[in-house]
Amino acid sequence: MRFSTLLKNPAEWMRTSGPRNDIVITSRVRLARNLRNHPFPGWAESAARTKVMNIIRPVLEDLDEMKNAFSEEMVDLTAIEKQVLVERHLVSREHAAKGPGCATVMNRSQTISIMVNEEDHLRMQSIRPGLQLLSAFKSLNTIDTDLDKHLDYAFDTRYGYLTACPTNLGTGMRASAMLHLPGLVLSEQINGTIQGANRIGLAVRGLYGEGTEALANLFQISNQTTLGTSEEDVIKHLGKVIDRVIENEQNARLKMIEDKPAMMQDQIGRAFATLKFAHIIPSKEALNCLSMIRLGCDLGFFPEEDREMINILLTEIQPAHLQISAKRKLTPEERDNLRADIVRSKLKALTPPDFGSILKKSENKNDEEV
Amino acid sequence: MKCDADCDWGEEASIFFSYIEDNKVIKVNLCKYCANEKGVNDPTGYSLIDLMQGMGKETTSGKESKARELTCAYCGFTQSDFKKTGRFGCAKCYEVFSEGLEGLLEAMHKNTEHIGKVPSFAYIAPAVSKAETPVLPDSFVEAPDDAIPVKTEELVDIPTGSISLMTLKEKLGAAISAEDYEEAARLRDEIARLESSDFGNS
Repeated sequence: MRFSTLLKNPAEWMRTSGPRNDIVITSRVRLARNLRNHPFPGWAESAARTKVMNIIRPVLEDLDEMKNAFSEEMVDLTAIEKQVLVERHLVSREHAAKGPGCATVMNRSQTISIMVNEEDHLRMQSIRPGLQLLSAFKSLNTIDTDLDKHLDYAFDTRYGYLTACPTNLGTGMRASAMLHLPGLVLSEQINGTIQGANRIGLAVRGLYGEGTEALANLFQISNQTTLGTSEEDVIKHLGKVIDRVIENEQNARLKMIEDKPAMMQDQIGRAFATLKFAHIIPSKEALNCLSMIRLGCDLGFFPEEDREMINILLTEIQPAHLQISAKRKLTPEERDNLRADIVRSKLKALTPPDFGSILKKSENKNDEEV
Repeated sequence: MKCDADCDWGEEASIFFSYIEDNKVIKVNLCKYCANEKGVNDPTGYSLIDLMQGMGKETTSGKESKARELTCAYCGFTQSDFKKTGRFGCAKCYEVFSEGLEGLLEAMHKNTEHIGKVPSFAYIAPAVSKAETPVLPDSFVEAPDDAIPVKTEELVDIPTGSISLMTLKEKLGAAISAEDYEEAARLRDEIARLESSDFGNS
């Protein structure tokens, strides 16, 4: 598969929906693996890295899952192409900056992507729409079991899979979900949620930025430890916590509609107006407005089908995607301009929010109080 | 002040730092989002901070002390390299630098022993003596999808997914080769108990 083909098709998780898609955007699982008798990528000389890549890459390309796969050495991609992969969460920022001997192999639907010589020899990732941690793990596990027959993995009976960084030792697995939590942010409960998750060994990060500063109200929740708990138990535990967060988020949304309907309508209405009429819009503002429109879809103020468009826009307004669509390098000012143009044209058909019946009840109540 | 990262966030630079490269002082101004993306705030990431701290360490430790330092014979990685990067050089480093590792792992993880998936070859590891360890024939690779391939007769009775039993057997092998017979006896009894109970089949 060529880069242009990959580019034309949005990743499967952007196009299709999954369980609890209103709050959970994606589920991801990654596994870290290394070969026994080769230095880890961060310590290896370029020749040693290339040697490892030449062992691993053909094995990956032979996988059933990787028929007609995208497979490139990182040095053969342009800076903007690499950035596109980062913006689609297919490779890490660190991997995009790598030199010779580092490659990326991914399947056509962009659900499985494998980085060769990132921090570890192999970093495999499975990504699914909605809350599907277990099935993301299972599909990756099958691939790992296949690879294990052909590659001599570094494994220790006591420490498990050996990784460059001891924080990944053991299962080498990191499971995470990307959550959209505007209710918890607007009701100022998000810091409590983050601290609560930290106390039970989970990490919560803003997708961009930290804490309440997180943009687009997107948060990633993941396991922090990898040694001493089996893969299934980690996923079960994480799943339970996510269920709780979903419940809290829903309650926060309902409470806000009831207590502060005017504030909700104002936030969503302003976001609508901005995105519909702005001609210059920086990332931060665009992301936050899109988050409000997404919330509006969840609450029935916009047709539910529009949520998919928001998912696609969240990716397409990122700098590298903008430059690919313009077919040239753009200055930040030009990007802000093009971003606004793209958003306006994509949201052309979006009708003003219909606050109607959902808010009527609480409005009446407020009127009486006045 | 504008952010040096050529970004789209529309934020003023609020994180400023300088470092020395080729005897030149380089100043960088970043907005909070770029600082975060580039891992400047993240002590565990591949970061500029790592790079800078690494440079600082190099000059203070010097080359003379490096000669006497614990070094991995396989990849040449040293203890101070670990302090610098927080990462090891190769799989063998885990043996070479095992001293002190336990404490580090305790602080990082729930436990210091692996529970979970085991690669296919590890099922035939220490519990069976090396001489008996068969090399997997090619046909084995083609075998119909046995979720966890089990080859040797001795291990056939081990139920799929029974990692705890597996771990015990591996430990038993290790205890025997380390001539720790007291521990081996304890493990043997533990294995017998597990195998006779429902536990072993879970």
